[in-house]
Amino acid sequence: MKGHPLARMVLYSVIATIVGTVLVLVIDWFPTGASTAAGPIDRLYDVLLVPSVVIFVLVMTVVIYCAVKFRAKPGDLGDGAPIHGSTRLEIFWVTVPFIMVTALAVYGWVVLDDIEAKQPNTLIVGVRAQQFAWRFTYPDEGDLKTNQLVLPKDRPVEFRVTTNDVLHSFWVPQFRLKTDTVPGLTTKIRVTPNREGRYDVVCAELCGIGHSTMRQAVRVVAPGEYSAWSAQAKKQQKTVGGETPPEPE
Amino acid sequence: MTLAGRLKAPGWSRAALSQPIGFLVALGVVVGVRALYGYDPLVDWDAIITVVLIALPLAFLVGIGCFDYWFRWASGAPTVPEDHSGHGARSWKDYFYVNTDHKVIGIQYIVTTFFFFIAGGLMAMVMRAELAQPGTQFVEPNTYNGLFSVHASLMIFLFIIPVFAGIANYVIPLMIGAPDMAFPRLNALSFWMLPTAGILMLASFFADGGAFATGWTAYAPLSTETPLGQTFFTIAVQFAGASSIATALNFLVTIITMRAPGMTFWRMPLLVWANFTTSLLVVIATPFIAGSQFFVLLDRSLGTNFFNVGANGDALMYQHVFWFYSHPAVYIMMLPGFGIVSEVISANARKPVFGYRMMAFSLMAIVVLGFTVWAHHMFVSGMFSWLRVPMMITTMLIAVPTGIKIFSWLATLWRGVIHLTTPMLFALGFITMFTLGGISGIMLAVIPVVIHVSDTYFVVAHIHYVLFGGSVFTIFAGIYHWFPKMTGRMYDESLGKLHFWLSFVFFNLTFGPMHLVGVDGMPRRVADYAEQFATMNVIISVSSFLFGLSFLVFLYNMVTSWRNGPKAAANPWRAHTLEWQVSSPPPIFNFDEVPTVVGGPYEYGVPGAVHGVFKEKRGAAVPAGGGGAPPPAE
Ligand code: HEM
Ligand SMILES: [Cu+2]
Ligand SMILES: [Cu+2]
Repeated sequence: MKGHPLARMVLYSVIATIVGTVLVLVIDWFPTGASTAAGPIDRLYDVLLVPSVVIFVLVMTVVIYCAVKFRAKPGDLGDGAPIHGSTRLEIFWVTVPFIMVTALAVYGWVVLDDIEAKQPNTLIVGVRAQQFAWRFTYPDEGDLKTNQLVLPKDRPVEFRVTTNDVLHSFWVPQFRLKTDTVPGLTTKIRVTPNREGRYDVVCAELCGIGHSTMRQAVRVVAPGEYSAWSAQAKKQQKTVGGETPPEPE
Repeated sequence: MTLAGRLKAPGWSRAALSQPIGFLVALGVVVGVRALYGYDPLVDWDAIITVVLIALPLAFLVGIGCFDYWFRWASGAPTVPEDHSGHGARSWKDYFYVNTDHKVIGIQYIVTTFFFFIAGGLMAMVMRAELAQPGTQFVEPNTYNGLFSVHASLMIFLFIIPVFAGIANYVIPLMIGAPDMAFPRLNALSFWMLPTAGILMLASFFADGGAFATGWTAYAPLSTETPLGQTFFTIAVQFAGASSIATALNFLVTIITMRAPGMTFWRMPLLVWANFTTSLLVVIATPFIAGSQFFVLLDRSLGTNFFNVGANGDALMYQHVFWFYSHPAVYIMMLPGFGIVSEVISANARKPVFGYRMMAFSLMAIVVLGFTVWAHHMFVSGMFSWLRVPMMITTMLIAVPTGIKIFSWLATLWRGVIHLTTPMLFALGFITMFTLGGISGIMLAVIPVVIHVSDTYFVVAHIHYVLFGGSVFTIFAGIYHWFPKMTGRMYDESLGKLHFWLSFVFFNLTFGPMHLVGVDGMPRRVADYAEQFATMNVIISVSSFLFGLSFLVFLYNMVTSWRNGPKAAANPWRAHTLEWQVSSPPPIFNFDEVPTVVGGPYEYGVPGAVHGVFKEKRGAAVPAGGGGAPPPAE
């Protein structure tokens, strides 16, 4: 490579930026999305990655370039150029980051409003945490109480989350949504599952000895299957008084 | 000395005697009060131990001699005039006694905090061994929870925060041309409170029910319900916090009133600025964590209901009060490092710090903004939702002053004459790793993202990028940089570089992959995890062991160089700031002649520029803002 050293540095950093951007976008960061929130959140994350790579590569290249280019020759006891600052440059690196973070914050806000928007025909599901298990109630299904979480695909759900004891956090990584359970409060999150399957409900807030094993399952099933499951569960709850209806197949 | 004499004089004998006395007093108080109220049983060990945990450290501080002068003065007895015979350390034994010399205290701080760093690091090794595979291999979940709680608490309260105070203790008075800190006896007390706090935390492993296991955050109501170990934490935090506040006050007064003639605010080195702003943060914020832990302690021991929802308490209030301290605390753990890096980079790039005034202003901006963002730790806590967006915006705005600092350091490198010494390598490593930590910090401010990644290993990765790649790298930079000044000897440069490269590589191999497992769904603070994360975790664990070993290189270098490294010159880095203008180590009262500051601290490359001159200028006009240096306080 010939040419001006500065030009070379710019070239290297452009190459590194491209490689880095491709790399971070190729990485499959998230677990498979299973709710309508996954799309916008994953996209937001990707959008955040791009300026991140640019900034990191910029810092890296300047550091490496300076360490190589301006490294003192052995025995050189001289000083560098007495540059004390540059108002133009300082204004530049105040305004550009300011505009960047403001834009990203606005974008984040828009996504937040989007994923938290109220939806019609919402299924209400109560979630109650207790050291170290989850229990669920379906007020729309005759107050069905169960330790299984079964949801119909494509129907908006509102979880109303609370706890019998300490803090926990209700999290389904595939849904991308999480809320702490707080004694004395009912916290709410909305989610619309859009992919059938069986996922983990994970407790994400330290709640004591059993915290790491406080994992349960959520099943997203076709609407018909859901009705069948809930009907049978209700019947069983009435006759047996038991709280544990069978799992849907 | 006779035994009676030794038991009367301040020192370890009296400290040893103080312990049974403290115990008996505590026992008496608890049993007496319970008898008065007619409680049954009269002897309740949980209650007794709670009071003992307060009494023993206080008794120790009295015994070792932190209060002698004040007690005598307060009781009207003749005080012992300070003849400075205890100033400085003549042998290593002097470091084990109360000493009012800031240089001795600085080294006491640094060595003590590194002891706790090692203890916390060993705990990390045990945790990584347990996490190498899913399931339980080495430690039970309860022990694991205790390990990460004590690990984090030691690292934060007994290493990062106080080690910066230690470095500053040694360096700041020298840098501003003062003979000592403003309140030397308070300084000694601040130091001696620290080991008591650390020992309380370590001792919690022996408590009934194991060490405190609620994380360093100790969220209520878990912390009000867990076994006795938690009480060790709540009380230890009081001692560590009191130590921090006292030191910060000391720094503020020292910096405001004891600068050498001519050292205006705009001629202060940036480390002084950094400690000035940090001390503001400490003084304003630390009372909040003290309060939060007192609430927990009262809920636990006196049956108050601050966090008991069943009795109209408020569980979320804990988090608001806690983070109102603990967010500013992340800057308490970072600003001094910013100062160190400015010193190291300008001296090793042989250039003035680019945009010196903006560097100082950005520190101030961070102090102010730092108090407006606490609830970004609570985006999924269930708090009132309107507060989230404002806190997202303020949090992201902190990137602006932080960016100013990063870019100014880069510009300082530009066209310098760069010497890649060990401290410089750590400073450059800091810039790159802290940038990564800052980037993940921005992501952790964007609410929709954080709803997914909060309380996952992504957060663990972020914490370690800012605290290890950030703070600890600056601490290493500072220790290497001032090692010649403190010990009078040079460290081994090749071992230093080896230490840097091993740390840099294994740091990234250990904590880089944590971002991936975190986003992929692995929660933080778990002793066990789903099978799918097994491969990554074994990689992380193996890297972390190698990372741990790299620390031995540092330790070996420090110990052998301190004992028989080559003698250091007064100013091996050819730096301009005042601490380098005196011998290594400095004379007992720092400056045999009072320096006069005549220019900026970083005028490298400016022909004929000097920062300080040594000419006795008694009674000469002092430029605005430059206070004279008073004689050592009596
Ligand atoms: C080789 C070095 C280190 C290793 C391998 C290590 C490893 C760990 C591990 C395994 C955890 C527990 C994570 C969890 O279960 O969620 C943890 C937590 C933590 N570490 Fe370290 N650590 C190291 C050094 C440090 C240092 C130097 C600091 C700070 C100065 C630090 C600060 C913390 C903090 C604050 C937490 C608490 C995170 C939480 O609250 O969940 N660590 N570390
Ligand atoms: Cu949990
Ligand atoms: Cu914060």
